[in-house]
This record gives sequence, structure tokens and C-alpha cells, in this order.
Amino acid sequence: MNALNLAVADGMTIAKRNALKIRRAPDLLGGVVMLPIVFVLLFTYVFGSMISLPGMSYGEYLLPGIFVLTIVTSAQITGYTLTQDLQRGIFDRFRTLPMSPSAVLTGQTIADVIMNLTSMVTMAVVGLLVGWRINSSPPQAALGFLMLLLFSYAFSWVTATVALALRTPEVFNNVATILSFPMVFLSNAFVDSARLPGPLKPIAEWNPVSTLVQAARELFGNTSPALPTPAAWPLQHAVPVSLAWSVVLLAVFVPLATRLYKRAVSR
Amino acid sequence: MPDAIMAEGLVKRYGDVTALDGMDLAVPEGTVFGLLGPNGAGKTTTVRILTTLLRPDAGHATVAGFDVVRDARALRAHIGASGQYAAVDDHLTGAENLEMVGRLYHLGVQRSRQRARELLERFELTQAADRPVQGYSGGMRRRLDLAGALVANPPVLFLDEPTTGLDPRARASLWDVISELVAEGTTVLLTTQYMEEADRLADRIAVVDHGRVIALGTSDELKRQVGGDRVEVWLTSAADLEAAERALAPLAVGEPQRDPHILRVTVPVSGGVTALTAALGRLAAERVTVRDAGLRRPTLDDVFLTLTGHEADEKVKETV
Repeated sequence: MNALNLAVADGMTIAKRNALKIRRAPDLLGGVVMLPIVFVLLFTYVFGSMISLPGMSYGEYLLPGIFVLTIVTSAQITGYTLTQDLQRGIFDRFRTLPMSPSAVLTGQTIADVIMNLTSMVTMAVVGLLVGWRINSSPPQAALGFLMLLLFSYAFSWVTATVALALRTPEVFNNVATILSFPMVFLSNAFVDSARLPGPLKPIAEWNPVSTLVQAARELFGNTSPALPTPAAWPLQHAVPVSLAWSVVLLAVFVPLATRLYKRAVSR
Repeated sequence: MPDAIMAEGLVKRYGDVTALDGMDLAVPEGTVFGLLGPNGAGKTTTVRILTTLLRPDAGHATVAGFDVVRDARALRAHIGASGQYAAVDDHLTGAENLEMVGRLYHLGVQRSRQRARELLERFELTQAADRPVQGYSGGMRRRLDLAGALVANPPVLFLDEPTTGLDPRARASLWDVISELVAEGTTVLLTTQYMEEADRLADRIAVVDHGRVIALGTSDELKRQVGGDRVEVWLTSAADLEAAERALAPLAVGEPQRDPHILRVTVPVSGGVTALTAALGRLAAERVTVRDAGLRRPTLDDVFLTLTGHEADEKVKETV
């Protein structure tokens, strides 16, 4: 086997391990399946019953936002499992094996994509049951899901980097919660970012989460001509900018996480 | 016979702390080498360097003919390592854990599965093979971890405190397995803080303290270094310790040792049973009540105490 095949095969072995872990761990599985269901139902019925939008239901406007919220929160599982593994001896075992060293992180992040796919299918099904509709063509909708998965993969590398810098599950959980909530709520996921006050408005408009939500709305056809078109540049080119964000995050955080991993385990 | 493990002048520093201070080792093929020392002596650091997990700051080492730094990648296919923190995955079953390791040694799907079943049987884990490791006992985890180290049949095996924290029965059963491996020709480097373990398993023992080897030899050679028999007396009252030591002093050929926790006084003597009889006579004359007394050959504990001035299982403050 050449080096690339080896890295791919090892990555798959590790991905299988992490996927099994998620399936067997009730706390992690809850985050993957139960939390998205709770999100969809809560937001649809609580906010959806209070807020009305011109030309469309709030529930329909909301679901792309919940997709992104779930991606951001469940990417934390990557960080959490990494910090747990760091504290146990398992990385030492991996490092005494003739495996590709990069496989640990690629395997971990690939398992996350599988997990995110599960979350997304769950949310889509529950969403369809409570009134969400895809109003676009099948290729556009498929591109929408692929774009969300790509972003989730890129974002897993971000949380992996944070986790490897922080090292302990407790610290990681605290920091991740503190960072991820503003990241999702300072966006257009639940409200129109153009109507936010003062300095919050540009932050929300340039937040990659907003771009991704806007792109998902466009690709799933969850927009209404009656709604004002967002004026900010990234929101006007939401689909290409979202894809660009994923590429940029990967380009920055794959090498960064890899370097931190090497440093974390070689002590 | 060529050396399966060779290390020269290994040095490893963590900031101001010197974990290894010129460690030299030579382990002939097919033998068991024991690294014996207290916590913080440098045993684990040595193993981490030899298993490619750490780079030494100075010195060099080869294992199975591969340089541990330059040929690290190639070396990994020829070693197995099992540590004091059992490196197994809680949520995976025993079989899945071993299959995963097999896949990462690139044995292929079929061979990995077959090898996992063989090892589970050998380590008496067949019953628990398809249960998540979460429910395993400490001894079962260690056996599984050791099985993981053996997946690729490595010629050189590193066991870092393999039985620390195990109950006596689990320990004995792990010893049996290790003895079998050695009989099959595997070279083993074993670290331990248990004298009994080194005594029982190792062909040669290096006593390690402060990051270097301070004594080297077979168990018998090391014991001979610290002299002959010992008279041990156990008392009924701590108040008698002083008097007992005074009474036995004329018989001693070396430094008497006192263990107030178990009310024991140990004195190196010459003359065997005669010395024991004399000791009892002297204690009776001093009106010291003796609960138990005996004559014994020196143990590796005595070796350690004599060589380092502190006991092997004394918890030296962790410096790293």
C-alpha cells in the first residue's frame, strides 16, 4: 500500500471506531438524535407560534437556522471525544502502531460527518412532519445538504483545534458553550440580521453562520419575495461565500489541528 | 546473541526536571529485562522513548535493529506496547478493540478478525468478547490491553507496569501469560515497582533511580551485592523498637532497618540460624516481647533500600 492509500484506510478504521463510540454512548447519541428533534420542535412551536413573517411561515424560515445550530453544537462532540481520548492512553497505543499519524484526526472528523448526516436526516424528517418544505429543485436541495455537510466537516477541524489547545473535556465544554452560543445567536439564524442594533448588525452580517444559513435558505427555497433582501455583501453571495468559508476553515485549521495534535501527544 | 534493545546515554529533560540522565540498556534477544525503580525514576520515560512516543534530548537507542528516532515508522511494525493505563476503548467490545488494532497494523479484515478471536481465547476473554469494555474488570482490561500489544506477534514487547493496581489473582494470571510469551521467544522489557514481579519474570534487572541505572544483574547477583541473611523480628509495641534495635546491634553486619508501621526490625547477620537463636536470646534478656521472628534471604526490596537509601514502593513525589 502506498502512503495515501494507507492514510485513507487508517482514517476509515478510526472513523469506524468513533462512529461506534457515538452509537454506543448514550450522552453522545442524545446530542446527535434527540437534541436536533428538541430544537426543531421547540423553535417551531414556541417561536413559530409567536412570530409571523410576510409571505411564509416562520417555521420554514427557521429550519435552515436550526440545521446550522445543530452543526455548530454537534461539532463539539469532536472536541469532547478528542479531549477524552487525550486523557486516556489510547493515543499512545495508536502512536506505537505503524499507522498513518494523520488518521486519528481525519478519522475523527469523518465520523463527525457521518454523525452530522444522521442529525440532518433526523431534522429534515421531523421538519417535514411539522410543516417545513423544500421549495427548490432536487439538485439544489442536494447541493444544500452537501454544503452543510462540508461546512460541518470544516467546523469539526475548528473544534478539534480548540480541543487540542485546551486538552481537558471540562474546560473544552465550557469554552465551546461560551463561544458557540453567540456564534449562532449573533446571526440571521433566528432573526433578520438587518434589524439588529448598532455594532451587532455588521457582526451578524459577516458571521459565517449567517452566510451559511442564508445559503441554505436559498438552496432549499425557504425564502420569500416579500422578505427584504439582505444588503450585506456576503449574504448577497451566500452560496459561493459559504463554500469559500469551508475551504478557508479547512486550509487554516487542518494544519493547525495536526500540529497541535503532534504537540499534545508527544509529551 | 544480538541485542534486541540497546540504549546509550539517553537523556530527557522536562524544563528543569531531568527525567533521564544517561540511561544505558542492553537486552539480549529472547530475554526478559526488568526496569525496577520507584515512581519518577525514569522507567516510563525510557519506555516512551524506546516505543517511539518520545524523542530523547541526547543519546541513541535501537530496538530490533531500528533506530528509535530515525527509523521510528518502520520500527513500529516490530514492537508491541502495553502501558499502565490500559489503552482500550470503553465503548468498543473486546473483539472490536483488537480488530481495530489489527487493521491499524494493516493485517487486513479477515486476518484481523481471526487474530482477535485467537487472542481473546488465549487471554480467556472469549465470554466477554462481544461486550463493551466498559463492563470489564481491571484485570480483564489489562489482559485485553496486553492482547492488543500482541496482535502483530511482535518480536519485542514493552510492558510498562503491567500489573500495577491489579488484585493478586489477576496479577498472577497476567504473570503466567507473560511467562508463556517469553517461552515462545519474545524479548520483553518490563518496568515494575514490584520486586516480586521483577524477581519472578526478569532474567536480568536494572535498578533505576533518578534517571539512570544504579545496579544491574540477575536477581541473585543483585541480592548477593547486599550481603547475606536477615533476621526479622516483629514486635507487639512501638515502644520496644528502640530497645530491640539496641539489643540486636551487636549481631548486625550491616545497617539495621526499622519499619514502625508494621513494628518490624530487620538486621543483616552472618551465621544463619545461630544468629537467629542469639537474637531471640538477646531480645528476651531486654524484655522485648516478640510477636514473630524469622530468618530470610535478602529480597530485591533490600537491594533497593541498600542501593538507593529509600524503599522501592515509597511514593516519591511525582516530578513530571
